[in-house]
Amino acid sequence: MSVATSRPPATPTYGDVNRDVIATLRTPGPLYFAWMCIVGLLLTCFFLAWSYQIYVGMGAAGKRTPQMWAMYITTFVFWIGIGHAGTLISAVLYLFRARWRTSIYRAAEAMTIFAVMTAGLFPMIHAGRVWFAYFLLPYPNQRYLWPNFKSPLVWDVFAISTYLSISTVFFIVGLIPDIAALRDAATGWRRRIYSMLCLGWEGTDGQWRHYRRAYGLLAAFATPLVLSVHSVVSWDFAMALVPGWHSTLFAPFFVDGAIFSGFAMVLVLVLPMRYFFNLQPYITPRHLDAMAKLILVTGLVLTYFYACELFTSWYSGDHIEKASLFWRLTSTYAWALATMYFCNCISPLILFWAPARTNPVILFGVSVLVLIGMWFERFNIIVPSLGHDFYPYSWGIYVPTVTDSTIIIGSFAWFFLLFLGFIRVLPSLSVVEVKETLPPPMKDVVDGHH
Amino acid sequence: MATTETVLGVFAHVDTTVRALEELRAKGYHDLTVYTPVPVHEIEDVLERDRPVSRVRIFTLIGSLIGLASAWLLTQWTSMKWDLVVGGKPAIGLPVSPPYVVIMFEMMVLFGGVATVIGMVVLGRLPRLRQSSSFDPRFTNDRFGVAVHCAPERGASVRDILRHAGADEVRA
Repeated sequence: MSVATSRPPATPTYGDVNRDVIATLRTPGPLYFAWMCIVGLLLTCFFLAWSYQIYVGMGAAGKRTPQMWAMYITTFVFWIGIGHAGTLISAVLYLFRARWRTSIYRAAEAMTIFAVMTAGLFPMIHAGRVWFAYFLLPYPNQRYLWPNFKSPLVWDVFAISTYLSISTVFFIVGLIPDIAALRDAATGWRRRIYSMLCLGWEGTDGQWRHYRRAYGLLAAFATPLVLSVHSVVSWDFAMALVPGWHSTLFAPFFVDGAIFSGFAMVLVLVLPMRYFFNLQPYITPRHLDAMAKLILVTGLVLTYFYACELFTSWYSGDHIEKASLFWRLTSTYAWALATMYFCNCISPLILFWAPARTNPVILFGVSVLVLIGMWFERFNIIVPSLGHDFYPYSWGIYVPTVTDSTIIIGSFAWFFLLFLGFIRVLPSLSVVEVKETLPPPMKDVVDGHH
Repeated sequence: MATTETVLGVFAHVDTTVRALEELRAKGYHDLTVYTPVPVHEIEDVLERDRPVSRVRIFTLIGSLIGLASAWLLTQWTSMKWDLVVGGKPAIGLPVSPPYVVIMFEMMVLFGGVATVIGMVVLGRLPRLRQSSSFDPRFTNDRFGVAVHCAPERGASVRDILRHAGADEVRA
């Protein structure tokens, strides 16, 4: 690039970024409202099913011994896992200065918050008497009861609420300068709302100075948090003695699976967004390639963990552990295990083929398979393990019911309602961070490498 | 401060902005406000030369320590109030029971993170209810602004410096 004006058209200018991001907030077309109708319909079913369950009792959810934890906890762990990619992209990749994160991190962060909000519904749905959910909170009360802080379930309450709070804070901090950009392009009541939301941000040197420092510190905090959340979730299982759960492998195994499924969900959301909003200049094949590689790597690590899981069960010499494994591999739920192995171990292998990593259709297909596979992974950990523990008289088979299946499908509607709402009111592409990766406007460019 | 005048130069390029800043500092103008749509290294390098590191980190440290201490107190004190024997271990261990480390870590991150944001808001003088007079909406889009706060009689020379450095627009 010899002169600033002869910039190739593929590289947007600062002004282009503002224009293109603001364009995503225009009044949406009929396709959007059609989607919203489907989402709204599913969400209605969700609330009807939940009301029915509260009225009739937990039997409606197919819960009976031995599977007192079934699809709700499966889906809870699934959504918490989805919530990992956002903070991984926004914090870990920020600290590693991976510049490709800039154009996807906003959508990924929003996804994280909404996924954790979706996950947060499940302990309440699962607990049955939702109006007693406040029992989880530690506060001085007339019952003289305190939570057992030695229980992983209470750690989970702390880990997830901290994760939700810090992810939200991180998200809001990143939004402040962007909302200021929206404010300056808006008029009327929108302008007033944006002015309030951005706290009167002006982008002075003093503001940026503290902002950048604060952002770096938040990223440094969020990084160990990402690793801790799913580790704590995994200890909900690993600390119990149930064969198939009681393993030191669980924390890294869960964290890796979470990143794997999280990236798949990022692709499922970002690929249509890129297509409908014409964001190809910002979300380039390079970004798709980087995400595909991360899916491939975490998928291979997961395959290694599956092998370890089988090996340690066999090598432990523990009869009950081996019996549980054998039952899982050969009996009622073997099809679920096969689905998981296919989706998580085999399907990402196509990403070894370079053209597949930049092909949106193949990537979308692989991501959907990965999401299915990761849901089944959690199912395979929870349901068959509980169904085949130490005593034959407590063995049992769990069969899904219409109520719990509806609630699980409805949770996707809840998630998509939040996400589809978000992309229409807030910038789903970070104005500031995308600009930061562009060459800054120079009058006298000597070597084009500023 | 009725005796100060603010002169604003609007720039379209980073290198001209940096040139103006260098020139102003060489002439002894240090009361500057620089508006940028993004943080730019070249501009930061000029401005941060004689400034201490942002004090946000002190907020972070204090917040984290408060979080750590309150989680320690919460877990230890409630264990004394509601004495549950778990795994045959004493209700409280000193200095800390290993299971409580998880709670302490989470509370440290929570309090530290929130304190960091409070630090950013307080030190960045946010929220601002009214826009400052030298702000221009283009500064969140693709323009850079240098506002010089100086004595009224020096306004003319500041205008000269800004215009000479390559400002698109200079106004008071």
